[in-house]
Amino acid sequence: MIMRLAATLMLATLTGAASPAFAHAGHHTAARQTIAITNAWARETAPAQVNGGGFLTFTNKGKVADRLVSASSPVAPTVQLHTMSMDGGVMRMRELPDGIPVPAQSVVELKPGGMHIMFIGLKAPLKPGQSVALTLRFEKAGLVKVAMPVHAIADIGQNMGGGHDHH
Amino acid sequence: MTTTKPPSRGAFIWGGLLLAALAFGLGLAAYLGSEVKPQANAQSDGPGGPFTLVASDGKPFTLANVGGKPYAIYFGFTRCPDVCPTSLAKMARLRARMGKDGEKFAMLFVSVDPGHDKPKDIGQYVTLFGTPIIGLTGSEAQLAAIEKSYGVYVAKVPQPGGDYTIDHTAAIYLMDARGGFQNMIGHDESDDAALAKLKQLVG
Repeated sequence: MIMRLAATLMLATLTGAASPAFAHAGHHTAARQTIAITNAWARETAPAQVNGGGFLTFTNKGKVADRLVSASSPVAPTVQLHTMSMDGGVMRMRELPDGIPVPAQSVVELKPGGMHIMFIGLKAPLKPGQSVALTLRFEKAGLVKVAMPVHAIADIGQNMGGGHDHH
Repeated sequence: MTTTKPPSRGAFIWGGLLLAALAFGLGLAAYLGSEVKPQANAQSDGPGGPFTLVASDGKPFTLANVGGKPYAIYFGFTRCPDVCPTSLAKMARLRARMGKDGEKFAMLFVSVDPGHDKPKDIGQYVTLFGTPIIGLTGSEAQLAAIEKSYGVYVAKVPQPGGDYTIDHTAAIYLMDARGGFQNMIGHDESDDAALAKLKQLVG
């Protein structure tokens, strides 16, 4: 767990380098947040499958709550934030129009069976080995870029999304 | 019709059988009720039975085409980004764990989204899972029939911009070779629990 956290922080530093908002994030300004992003991956899609899903984990080490407001990617004209709920055995998927809150000192996971990034109208199928560029817009942390490696559709760990730590 | 004859032994037996069947039906209904949202016009008998759908080559596909094996059947759609691939990947993983026994049942994926999913598209989709999965869909009427007979909840939910998503039952139904309901695997059931059910299905 400690190792994982250390890896998270290291990755955050790397990711942050690509993001001006992140690079300037500091503890001096309450308005700037550090949101670490780990476990980013997107699921392979079939040729005619024009929608796809992506997953990642946010770690907000700061003392101020933030919120993921929106996301965009060159792979699809529309990128939405979705949640999935089970209601009496029925799966219901819905857009989260108010975004995804990332409270202070918290870890928020987007993973199979819960929330996901939804790519709508994929221009081409997502293939394993490929990487999806994603730009996230946070209310306070601003724009953060992240690369989501594409995992084979059948490559899903037993605990629904586990086994995706190999970055 | 004035009969004064006391009820025959046969009548008692038939009455008993009827009660047993009724009790079984009620028990099954209660069990299913906990998992699946009941249909407005739900049949009182168990879910399952024969069906006519369309295979990925565009040809009709019926229970007879399953080949006399028990089968696992899952209803979803290819644009479903999460629960459908997760469930099918789980089935592929479990089947791999079963070794040779994994060949003793067929796996069917029924797209309930004929508006988006063409038979050929579904065929391509199921090949990604690395295990033989029979990809099916059907006309609106064919799908409505199987959704009703299998007690599957399917509802189109309009999205801003004119598109739609689909709410649907996320359980995997396990059926015997004649289309009779045997068991179901919930979307969040552990691999071990699900594996035990599959072993029982082919046992």
